Amino acid sequence: MAHFTKATSVKDWLNQRLAVEKVEKVMASEYWIPKNINFLWAMGMVLAITFALLLVSGIFLLMYYQPDVKDAFYSVNYTIMRDVDFGWLWRHVHGVAASVVFLVIYIHMFTGIYYGSYKKGREMIWISGMLLFVTFSAEAFSGYMLPWGQMSYWAGMVITNIFSLGGLHMDGLVEWIRGDYVPAQAFLTRFFMLHVLLLPLAIMGLIGLHFAALRIPHVNNQDGEEIDFHAESKKYLAGDKAGSKVMRFANDFMSKDMMVVGIYLIFFFYLVFFQYGFALDPVNFDPADGLKTPAHIYPEWYFLWSYEILRPFSVNIGLIAFGFAQVIFMLLPWLDLSPNAVPASRRGAFNIWFWILLVDMIVLTAMGKLPPEGIFSTIGLVAALLFIILWVALPFITKNEKKA
Amino acid sequence: MKNKEPLILVVVVAFTLLTYWLVEPFAHSQMHKHVEGENFAYADLSPISKTGNAQNGKVLVTGAAGCTGCHSINKESMPAAMDAVTAAGSYGVNPPDLSNAGVVYDAKFLADLIKNPAHALKVEHKFDAAKGQMHPMVPFYGAGGDIDQEIADMVTYLQSIAVSKEELTPTMAYENACGRCHAVSYEKWTQIGTKPEFKFEKESLAFDIKVLEYQESLTKYMGKLPPDLSMYIRSRGEHFISTFVENPQNQLAGTAMPRVGVTADTAEKVIEYLADAGDTKRHERASVGKNVMIFAIIFAIFALLWKKQVWRELH
Repeated sequence: MAHFTKATSVKDWLNQRLAVEKVEKVMASEYWIPKNINFLWAMGMVLAITFALLLVSGIFLLMYYQPDVKDAFYSVNYTIMRDVDFGWLWRHVHGVAASVVFLVIYIHMFTGIYYGSYKKGREMIWISGMLLFVTFSAEAFSGYMLPWGQMSYWAGMVITNIFSLGGLHMDGLVEWIRGDYVPAQAFLTRFFMLHVLLLPLAIMGLIGLHFAALRIPHVNNQDGEEIDFHAESKKYLAGDKAGSKVMRFANDFMSKDMMVVGIYLIFFFYLVFFQYGFALDPVNFDPADGLKTPAHIYPEWYFLWSYEILRPFSVNIGLIAFGFAQVIFMLLPWLDLSPNAVPASRRGAFNIWFWILLVDMIVLTAMGKLPPEGIFSTIGLVAALLFIILWVALPFITKNEKKA
Repeated sequence: MKNKEPLILVVVVAFTLLTYWLVEPFAHSQMHKHVEGENFAYADLSPISKTGNAQNGKVLVTGAAGCTGCHSINKESMPAAMDAVTAAGSYGVNPPDLSNAGVVYDAKFLADLIKNPAHALKVEHKFDAAKGQMHPMVPFYGAGGDIDQEIADMVTYLQSIAVSKEELTPTMAYENACGRCHAVSYEKWTQIGTKPEFKFEKESLAFDIKVLEYQESLTKYMGKLPPDLSMYIRSRGEHFISTFVENPQNQLAGTAMPRVGVTADTAEKVIEYLADAGDTKRHERASVGKNVMIFAIIFAIFALLWKKQVWRELH
């Protein structure tokens, strides 16, 4: 057993038992961050704050929400929106944060792709990040079911139908997922469970993994520079703060994190109070009606690009393309064969690849929402094919990349 | 080293705004038909050319024209011949009380309605007299004099007994113009009136049964039960509701919903009523929103100053 002495202070008492000083050093004051990073590196903190907003607002909503097909719509739109003090605020915060969190995730992802932050020991950061993307997607989808409006019901119908896997006609699997032939009580209750328990647990575990994966390879930087963190941190601790290439996470980088968070919150609360329509779709303010299909069924904006990869093809090919789109990002560290972990701007063909991918995904997003008619369905088909071609081409264009 | 952050910010914001524009304003403009409002002018109806006389109008409304055979005028102590449920059984829908018809509805519309209900209501596709499909409201064929004068007199009479525009509340506007077909359960409104608080469940159930009986007749009359409008302000929005009320056929050709013929002022009040039902906390949202924005800006300023202080030593 370890030797304990009489504590001289509360801190000392805790230190002997929890090594708080050591923990503080590892997590904050001696967690070394390169100085040459820009505000895009603050997106992790922005995501953490948004997740906290989702968690807190979700807890308040959970106190009044009723996971019952007869009461769910009423509990959301009457009880929470009218009866509960500030219930409307929690709902708007929750709904807007659920949408904005994906905007920040996409910015975070494309930052990682642009600066090559998935290579040279950072593969686990990328993988855990993509797993977070998948669990966040499931969390968003399951949460979207809960108000039991028209779009909840019909999106639930369409998305669970995907599991019949087209020509394989696995209707039994779809019924098993739904717990019924159509979305009904069993469906709502299980998505409720997933949304408020299992998926948040998975997300929190994955966030832990994501942070842990970052600790050893360290944060990447905007110049693709290989930094000797050991030597640079010694320099910093010796007092040469300005000359060192690294800084403490706290308070040095955290002060910048909070500055970005501050600006982000202005944007976020503007959306919550004055521009929330994009996140709270009007169609979902009609109660679910299994006998009345809405004129246009579309997923939330952050799923549109992958929806549009499914849609322009015949059923079976569409499903294969869709499956491809779901897993391909995960494989990025192995499809990019270049050893260069530098910004895309210094990587020749990869730079072009990056910007085409970004624009293509925006085009897919737009076409995923528009009615699949005329020119829109042609553009959608071309964009979906381009998406697949881009990923198939990636190993070839990175293989012979010159050393940057 | 050159600071690239402003450029990066511009790129991020530009792509974000582009995506937003594509999936929201642009996509919705492609998905939904845009119907321009017509200011409730009812340009297809001819203006009333005669000056009406309220006294003569009263004689006609309560006598020769036979209005009070079906319509109550509670304000003038003329009760309805039947209760709402029985009336709906006979006519499909309970004929409205005329006490405030003169302020709720447009005068041109009322004149046309008296003369040719199916025309004014724009339901001639459903009620074609030539095919024997008579509108439950019988057209006024004249009481022997100049029919246009007689109609002008009746409209003037209805206007003379109605409350003033200022006295018309959003609730009155809704109940008169929409409430006999559309329930608003979040306001406890049913097609036969506001559901009272009952002491005994038996009484409450008896009331519900009456509502169901009324709805049964209404469903038969309209083809389907007109929807509960509790959340329509959020699901359809102000512009859709306003243009739909103005002329349902513009938004949904062939619909059984009649043109209601309300004035622009009444329509505004109906929308206010629906906003109170489905977007109850909008005023609170605006005021809390303002304060939160002020807080967020102050927070950002302090965060910026903190960052500057910490980073002074790092450069």
